[in-house]
Amino acid sequence: MRTAIAVSGLVKDFGPRTRALDHLDLQVETCEVHGFLGPNGAGKTTTIRVLLGLLRADDGHVDLLGGDPWRDAVALHRRLAYVPGEVNLWPNLTGGEVIDLLGELRGGIDPSRREELLERFQLDPTKKIRAYSKGNRQKVALVAAFSSDVELYLLDEPTSGLDPLMEAVFQDVVQELRTAGRSILLSSHILSEVEALCDRVTIIRAGRAAESGTFDELRHLTRTSVVVDTAKPLASVTRWTGVHDARVQDTHAQFSVDPGELNHVLEHLVDLEVRSMVTSPPTLEELFLRHYDEDISGAGAAAEVVRAR
Amino acid sequence: MSGFTGTTRLVRLALRRDRFTLPAWILGMTFFLAATTAMFENNYAEHPELLMPDTQVVIENPGMRVLGLVTGPTIGGYTLHRDALTLAALAALMSVFAVVRHTRQAEELGREEMLGAGVVGRYASLGAAVIVALAANVVLAGLLGLAMFATGQPLTGSLVAGTSIALVGVAFTGVAAVTSQLASTTRGATGLAGAALGVSFLLAALGNMLGAVDSAALRVTSAWPAWSSPIGWGQQMRPFADDLWWPAGLSLLALGLLSWVAVVLVGRRDVGRGMWPERRGAAHARSSLLSPTGLVFRLQRGALLGWGVGLVGFGLVFGALSEQITGTEGEATEWYATFGGDADLLGAYWASMMQMAGMAVAAYVVTLLLRLHHDEAQGTLEPVLGTAVSRVRWLAAYAVNALVGATLLILLFAGAMVVTGGPALGHPASLLRDLVGAALVQLPAIAVLGAAVLALVTLWPRWSVGLSWALVVSAIFLGPMFGPSLGLSTWLLDLSPFTHVPNAPAVAISLAPVLGLLAACALLASAGVVAMRRRNLALPA
Repeated sequence: MRTAIAVSGLVKDFGPRTRALDHLDLQVETCEVHGFLGPNGAGKTTTIRVLLGLLRADDGHVDLLGGDPWRDAVALHRRLAYVPGEVNLWPNLTGGEVIDLLGELRGGIDPSRREELLERFQLDPTKKIRAYSKGNRQKVALVAAFSSDVELYLLDEPTSGLDPLMEAVFQDVVQELRTAGRSILLSSHILSEVEALCDRVTIIRAGRAAESGTFDELRHLTRTSVVVDTAKPLASVTRWTGVHDARVQDTHAQFSVDPGELNHVLEHLVDLEVRSMVTSPPTLEELFLRHYDEDISGAGAAAEVVRAR
Repeated sequence: MSGFTGTTRLVRLALRRDRFTLPAWILGMTFFLAATTAMFENNYAEHPELLMPDTQVVIENPGMRVLGLVTGPTIGGYTLHRDALTLAALAALMSVFAVVRHTRQAEELGREEMLGAGVVGRYASLGAAVIVALAANVVLAGLLGLAMFATGQPLTGSLVAGTSIALVGVAFTGVAAVTSQLASTTRGATGLAGAALGVSFLLAALGNMLGAVDSAALRVTSAWPAWSSPIGWGQQMRPFADDLWWPAGLSLLALGLLSWVAVVLVGRRDVGRGMWPERRGAAHARSSLLSPTGLVFRLQRGALLGWGVGLVGFGLVFGALSEQITGTEGEATEWYATFGGDADLLGAYWASMMQMAGMAVAAYVVTLLLRLHHDEAQGTLEPVLGTAVSRVRWLAAYAVNALVGATLLILLFAGAMVVTGGPALGHPASLLRDLVGAALVQLPAIAVLGAAVLALVTLWPRWSVGLSWALVVSAIFLGPMFGPSLGLSTWLLDLSPFTHVPNAPAVAISLAPVLGLLAACALLASAGVVAMRRRNLALPA
């Protein structure tokens, strides 16, 4: 499998004191939908702008569709489409005009595809940009991007203003593009969207890749929660290694376990004669909140775990 | 008056936001007036005998009366004739920008919505904007007066002079209050107010040109059009001669009336909208739009139309006044002779008019090219450069539009002058040939300023707007309209591209200065292209 985007050790500074990207690694394979997650200000938009050649990398290696995004910007842009996070368009043009214009500047659009997308996103192309709501302006950018048949789509929080119905349309379109063998980098905060669409995700924190992998891989890095009833008292639970957040009431306990310690914990439990037990994998919310919440040293440690695997 | 609740707080907000902008405008204008007054004071201290004939030149000459009025031979009056129009235009622009910034722009950017959701009355933003602009003009009046007094002019005259300029700002505070309600965009509101400023200048110029000169050639009684213009009201205060205060009342009355109209309009429209409903447009783009050049043309075609109408209007008026020039006598003929080096009065008049039009077109080119910066800062550049459009192609799209637009505008002006000037003088065909040549020869100088703006926008994007306008104002002042009479050294005057424009049609067009200007233009544009290719874009976060 070829890679659509290969970024390694990317550094981007804004002035001497602000390091926006700090040795970021990001790999997007061809034909995959890659989720790009991280708290506000983590560097997602900066990364995408470097990928577009709008900003120049200070250090590291960036490869986009086999080319250098800074040097070969124009040639590469014929093969990709971009939806910016903040859609700034010309207030006195109509939505239809903007779609045609951006498509033409990229190298031409498919008129029937354009009509189909306008229909599916329920967008009126005769309104002026300044008369559209935020969600409708976003739809203009989405229709403009999806009307072009290109190899790679860079989508920067493309659904932040869409209603649930349009969100579903967006997910359908992305699924179709994946089936058709297109590559997509999807920056997003909407976990259900990421889970429904993405093959792999990269979580970025403070300009670094905190974790990267499939959801299953990420889940394995995270604690399993356990609810258990035993015949003998569970008082010793809190002393076992790998156990966190334990709440014990005599023979009933709730706690979470580090992934590497699950087997040891089970051995201890067997000694106490398990009567009933429920384990559940971490939810995505837990997974992400942990990353969004942690301090920077925690993120660094998590990144170490990924590299060690 | 619950509609004005929160006005005081919004005044403080506006003052905080403008704490550098307004002082920069006011101090810049004050320093300029102080410097030029001191210079004329020095010049005439050495040659006091020249003051009388110099004054008579600018009074007798209808072309010079375009710039304003002088009454009697005083250094203060003569200085004001040089400075007043520029300062009045700057005061008007300062006021228009301030009012639009705190009303229409706040609405366009959605700030008004956040404020309006608080305990803030419907008219509070408008009230605050008018109060802040008015306060700025009061300070301006005082400091301008002080600048002239400090450099040796009589106190009363100095104060009247400062007030006569600031009152133009006061009147345009009212104008901008209304245009901010009519147009639904910042650009529209500023454009309408700018058009009003143009009309106001034209009326004052027309009134003064058609006015009657007394027998001593020391006083002009203006014709009626001067009395229908705020710029004219300022001039009729006649500082350093009659020192009239009452025309100031006209400006204050205008501010009161226009503010009342603005308040009525605010009460009748929705927040974020203008007075005219939003129309629907085309579902598909025309093929003419589908290129960077086509897009830039579309974005500025309204402005181009406005400038076109304005220049045709000025051309028609100044062309019609050609006949007046042939009747000029006395000292004024010598001033024109400096343009041509011979006695061809009409040729010199046309040359000076054409240079004035050249400066106006340069201002258009600068407003257009500064959009390059706004595209970048406001983020509309991002979707374009995200497609297969290179940075250089984007610059080229603007350069092409600037060049074609400038050519069109200056030719429109020349054509309009021929329409009214040709028949009166009896040989329209040769006049057309002369004036088209004189028009086209302005373009290299305009292109130099345009290339300089391009370089500024790409090299120092954050400071490009201020630097560009400073550059235009300096180029105009060191140019042939004002430069020679300021008594500055030649090398300083040579810095202005306008200094090098051949005085066609009074003298034959020589190639060397034109080639020099084109070389400078190429150099600056190359610097811009290189910078644009190398740097990060300063996009919004």
